Amino acid sequence: MNDTNPHSDDAPPTTWKRGDSLGAAAISERKDDAIVARAVTINRPVAEVFAYFRDFANLPTFMENVERIDILSDTRSHWVVKAPAGKTVEWDAVVTEEAQDRLIAWTSEPGADVANSGRVEFRDAGARGTVVTATIAYDPPGGVIGKLIAKMFQREPAIQARRDLRRFKQLMETGEIATAAMNRKQHEEELA
Amino acid sequence: MRALAWHGKHDVRVDTVDDPQIVNPRDCIIKVTATAICGSDLHLYDGYIPTMQAGDILGHEFMGEVVEIGAKSTLKKGQKVVVPFTIACGSCYHCGKHQYSACDNGLPADNQDIAQELYGQPMSGLFGYSHMTGGYAGGQAEYVRVPFSDVGPIVIPDGVEDEKVLFLSDILPTGWMAAENAQIEPGDTVAVWGCGPVGLFAVQSAFLMGAERVIAIDHFPHRLELAKKFGAETINYEESAVYEALMVMTGGIGPDAVIDSVGLEAHGFFVDNVLDQIKASTFLGTDRAHSIRQAIIACRKGGRVSMPAVYGGFIDKFPLGALMEKGLTLKTGQTHVQHYMPALLNAIMEGKIDTTFLISHRMDLEDAPKGYDMFKNNQNEVTKVVLKPGFN
Repeated sequence: MNDTNPHSDDAPPTTWKRGDSLGAAAISERKDDAIVARAVTINRPVAEVFAYFRDFANLPTFMENVERIDILSDTRSHWVVKAPAGKTVEWDAVVTEEAQDRLIAWTSEPGADVANSGRVEFRDAGARGTVVTATIAYDPPGGVIGKLIAKMFQREPAIQARRDLRRFKQLMETGEIATAAMNRKQHEEELA
Repeated sequence: MRALAWHGKHDVRVDTVDDPQIVNPRDCIIKVTATAICGSDLHLYDGYIPTMQAGDILGHEFMGEVVEIGAKSTLKKGQKVVVPFTIACGSCYHCGKHQYSACDNGLPADNQDIAQELYGQPMSGLFGYSHMTGGYAGGQAEYVRVPFSDVGPIVIPDGVEDEKVLFLSDILPTGWMAAENAQIEPGDTVAVWGCGPVGLFAVQSAFLMGAERVIAIDHFPHRLELAKKFGAETINYEESAVYEALMVMTGGIGPDAVIDSVGLEAHGFFVDNVLDQIKASTFLGTDRAHSIRQAIIACRKGGRVSMPAVYGGFIDKFPLGALMEKGLTLKTGQTHVQHYMPALLNAIMEGKIDTTFLISHRMDLEDAPKGYDMFKNNQNEVTKVVLKPGFN
């Protein structure tokens, strides 16, 4: 990638002001994909953080829009994700790359309601714990339903990814996810 | 339960609302025995703080009895505790450095967006202080859900009266940290703007830390009297020119350290302040800030500026040049309450710090709206209002 880097600085490709498609190409073959990248530092050992994330069945505990993930095999999973107006979108995902305690990447299989791929890197940060960098690429869909979905996926992935990572950090560091709900009824309404 | 809810500018009411419950494993529920109205609650009352919603329960200075505990709380039912106003997890990097008000995890994930946009990074949660600080229900109520109860609340020994320890929740540690941030050296002269509760505790703390002289600045005669009681010299800014007085009183040097405990609603009709008021009312700028400007100008070269006062947004005509050219050090921040509580509880128990002198009014929680009105409109006599559920 360095061969094609038109930049003189060390900023991550996903933060480049121009050459977006090069940034997208860093993680996705579909060069028109929208790209979201977020980093968070979690004050826990990298092995623990990686292990929790690698078990995709855990992801709905902190990914607000993900209703459930069924594990189909060691590398394949079925995702059910909330969409506007009480609808859901679904896809099968397959792990494309994995390195113990360092990296997990996945992509949706053909036929997905929303084609997408993700790449999460884990780096041991010593006394500060683990740096988790997540990059999500997705293909904004067309059509009427597509527009509804896009409403969620175009406007929100940046916010959603940031919030999901914060919840992941809270769960890893404090054992719970912060809420201002005064009682359990309010809390259930928040999660619905 | 009954609770004091915000409904708009100068409109607070005691409403009947749902009781709180344990939601997360580290929570506890306390039955409030005493709670106070803070000067910073007046910022909410006056409508200066954004992201308030009708029905929000106010109050961040409170204490009470533990009546319910979550599976991971380390408290026991029946214990008397004082609750820090900052909601901090105790397990993130910042809590590890005792920078509790910078906790990464005190705010719900969704509520972190505003502070992230406005300040660059989100801060800890606060009780009863707008949705930007978490939207947590506050302590001017009969019951409160307290998150992270295993690291926040401090247990009070049996037999100690509430009023002696209540201010551990905010204003005592805030006054103490203000003096600590002034990095006082023996022999120093320290000037304190604002003789509200934080300023008065800063006066006491500064002397305990070795200041030789403390000069207190306000315009309420009664508050200046209180400062004098603790050994401070006073300047009434309605009667004397503050900068000139300070320069003469310090032999032309300026105070070694200055503490601004006034904040965004500085009183007084100074030219820059009037401009700030016009801008605040037209949303061009949110903070009125005469005290911090004056403090920086008065401070001696190479001196220290401590700013415990609450500022939320932007100000202009900030004397950045004076700060730089004079080589001043500026330290500030929301109080790391959890860090200071144990030592300050000891200081109270040993009689080194007087806390109860501050309380001018005691009322039933039901009378809280009257308390706000009095505190807002008669700051000379009303130094601190303590609310007690079932007091009448």
